[in-house]
Amino acid sequence: SEITFELPDNAKQCFYEDIAQGTKCTLEFQVITGGHYDVDCRLEDPDGKVLYKEMKKQYDSFTFTASKNGTYKFCFSNEFSTFTHKTVYFDFQVGEDPPLFPSENRVSALTQMESACVSIHEALKSVIDYQTHFRLREAQGRSRAEDLNTRVAYWSVGEALILLVVSIGQVFLLKSFFSDKRTTTTRVGS
Amino acid sequence: LYFHIGETEKRCFIEEIPDETMVIGNYRTQMWDKQKEVFLPSTPGLGMHVEVKDPDGKVVLSRQYGSEGRFTFTSHTPGDHQICLHSNSTRMALFAGGKLRVHLDIQVGEHANNYPEIAAKDKLTELQLRARQLLDQVEQIQKEQDYQRYREERFRLTSESTNQRVLWWSIAQTVILILTGIWQMRHLKSFFEAKKLV
Repeated sequence: SEITFELPDNAKQCFYEDIAQGTKCTLEFQVITGGHYDVDCRLEDPDGKVLYKEMKKQYDSFTFTASKNGTYKFCFSNEFSTFTHKTVYFDFQVGEDPPLFPSENRVSALTQMESACVSIHEALKSVIDYQTHFRLREAQGRSRAEDLNTRVAYWSVGEALILLVVSIGQVFLLKSFFSDKRTTTTRVGS
Repeated sequence: LYFHIGETEKRCFIEEIPDETMVIGNYRTQMWDKQKEVFLPSTPGLGMHVEVKDPDGKVVLSRQYGSEGRFTFTSHTPGDHQICLHSNSTRMALFAGGKLRVHLDIQVGEHANNYPEIAAKDKLTELQLRARQLLDQVEQIQKEQDYQRYREERFRLTSESTNQRVLWWSIAQTVILILTGIWQMRHLKSFFEAKKLV
């Protein structure tokens, strides 16, 4: 299953999957928006043994074979963030995709046309997979670009204001140096 | 795949899809039984509210379903669609300490098609059915590419906007700097003349 969800600051969200023994599984995740684009990820088997654990990761993929039946648990944690919420995508694939031509109740081998269809199907699945990865990378890049755009605007305004304040401050500071009445009195006296 | 939420909690998911793409969601909820310390196999009477919003925040789907159900919608605007689920539990927040287990499966585009059904309806041979499936796969890929072209255009606009902002704010700051410099000179000069220091 593929899911994209929002992970608030200081939050942790877990997902569970019942897996049969001997099944090959792949967990893939990526942070799309938020903060430094990182997240903590942890995968546990039914006995609570940690199969995978990474801190502050932006993207990763982990493949394993289920060694026992039961409920596997994987959690994404944003507990190290106090301000920023993250958007996280993950794809948890359990087992292989069903074949295009089921091999049950078949007495003959695939015809050449059918073999060609199978090849096209596998190629198209690869295309879809690459496309998904590209979309996620593009979403992350877009988020960074929009963040940069916003920062440029705010910092530019701020810098302009700082410039004004410093310039005006310089003038009044200099005036205060030459406005001392005591100095004037001293000059008059001498 | 399942997860846990509080009885009165709302949980949202984001689905970034191209336009004219069908999405099917299947879900099932189980209520936590405090006495037996187990999740009940099914919870008749418990309802689930499903709300889907398109990238512009407009509500595409907002319906009440049973504790187990399926929701379907088709996107008309490409982008991030938000799918939110929450139970219709009417118990006051003060007393609602219950926990819900929600099984969820979201299928997008070509994966949402039911090919055995299509085969039966259109009386297709197996080869024709698989050719149809491949065609749907290619169409889905093309929709995704069209959406990426749209996103790339937006991305380019954002980058160009950043470029313009950098340019114009740099110019504005230079002008401010020059103007404040001129103002400083005139102001201090007149001040010093008044004090007979020049």
